Amino acid sequence: MPLPDTLPLVGITWADALFMLLGGVAVAGSLGVVLGRDIIRNGLLLILTLGALAGIYVMLGAALLAGAQVLVYIGAISVLILFAIMLTQSKAAPAKLNFQTQAIPAALISALLALIFAVTLGGGGWSATVYGGTPPPEGTRGAADALFGPYLLAFEIASVLLLAAVIGGIYLASLPRAGQIGAEQEEERP
Amino acid sequence: MSLIAGYLEPYLVLAGLLFSIGSFGFLARRNAISMLMSVEIMLNAVNIAVVAFGAFVPALAGEGIAFALLIIAVAAAEATVGLAIIIAIYRNRKTPLVDEYDTMRQ
Repeated sequence: MPLPDTLPLVGITWADALFMLLGGVAVAGSLGVVLGRDIIRNGLLLILTLGALAGIYVMLGAALLAGAQVLVYIGAISVLILFAIMLTQSKAAPAKLNFQTQAIPAALISALLALIFAVTLGGGGWSATVYGGTPPPEGTRGAADALFGPYLLAFEIASVLLLAAVIGGIYLASLPRAGQIGAEQEEERP
Repeated sequence: MSLIAGYLEPYLVLAGLLFSIGSFGFLARRNAISMLMSVEIMLNAVNIAVVAFGAFVPALAGEGIAFALLIIAVAAAEATVGLAIIIAIYRNRKTPLVDEYDTMRQ
């Protein structure tokens, strides 16, 4: 039996319901990341948020990007963040205050930023340059044409940047040997 | 006919919301790793906006996804170096809280 066009009882289409579900999960998860006290839960909620955003990419017809999001963000960066949390966590940290003293000005600045976004979105004629309607589910071919055509140099520079970041990360996080700055401070510490 | 998901504006609203939330977290949290997580949220918000423009503006058809892939690569590099720096500072100062990093305050 075929699915009905709209969600039963509420009458909104499946795409709208999916967008609201994924967007709501993303916003609620990021609020949890920013406001939550327990930093391990913050890291796990970040994974949830990134997964919801991968679903939004699929809705926009960018399945390749959703795969990259799952592989890079959920698979690599989140695991890296969780490991860094475990390495830097002390017993006293969750009991302490988790916001700075300037939290209220920070909230005001963020609200101002959101207001600027709202004014920009409300004032512009966005629909003039945009076609209304569900985007076609292709885009990988066009992305490959762009990435390996006019942006080939940027692609290669990104790979060199990743190599440099890996080497720099290993160098920065490795134990300081004798003669380096960190090693001397470590000797002075009782 | 879908009323929300078929238009550009809801995706931009979502991106703006996520960017504002991430900027608040970056400015207000004390823990350096929480600040890095907020930066990741902001980068993802920008990615949503870029991909939405790429999907809805016909002239930008493939370039939105290409730019978003490059942003993901740069974000991975940034997370690697940032977390390595945080671990190196933690090894010296024994705290991940940024307002206790006051060596250069004099």
